[in-house]
Amino acid sequence: MLALVSQITLVMLGVALLIALIRLIKGPTLPDRIVAMDLFGVLVVGFIVVLAGSSGVRATLDAAIVIALVGFLGTIAYATYVEGGDPR
Amino acid sequence: MTDILTAIVWMAGSGFALLAAVGVLRMPDVFTRMQASTKASTLGLGCLLIGAAIQLGDFAAFIRVATIGAFVLLTTPVSGLVIARASYFADVPLWKGTVLDERRAGTNGEERATLRPGKKPIRDGVVTELSPRKRR
Repeated sequence: MLALVSQITLVMLGVALLIALIRLIKGPTLPDRIVAMDLFGVLVVGFIVVLAGSSGVRATLDAAIVIALVGFLGTIAYATYVEGGDPR
Repeated sequence: MTDILTAIVWMAGSGFALLAAVGVLRMPDVFTRMQASTKASTLGLGCLLIGAAIQLGDFAAFIRVATIGAFVLLTTPVSGLVIARASYFADVPLWKGTVLDERRAGTNGEERATLRPGKKPIRDGVVTELSPRKRR
């Protein structure tokens, strides 16, 4: 039962990733794309967490921690670039 | 028992994540998209983390899941605030149906707040296209 549920969950997260990718490609302005990338990072973290929970490999959660951290730093860097000023 | 609980929480979490993505696709504005993205994705990821913690049932896994959860809960509002602030000051167009823009010129009888003082304030608080910005 859990295998089926984890497969359904992964499919839903994959559809969410595809929708975020559509917004990333379409987005009319640069902040739209930044929002899409931020959502992309959070969805990838959720994907990895579901994979770790369903397969029982605990070391995969470390990768999720690293991806969450890098996604946050990337969002802050992009926002500083959009603001166009000195990084204070 | 743990399987049933995990199934419920994971279905709820992936549903919220999917709703966040649909909101990012369907909302009309950068600010509303950022709203949908930050709130719904935080709730969805929290549900997925709770499900993984229930399923693994281990102290090491619980510590890692709690670390991810605390980090996401702390950083998602900050990144949303930074994105909204940067896109507002970069003159990203607001949605046509926006009711209140508190930083608009004339709302409080003062100039529009801006990061670059030499720039002209935007008329009516709504711009139709991105203005060219200075590059350093």
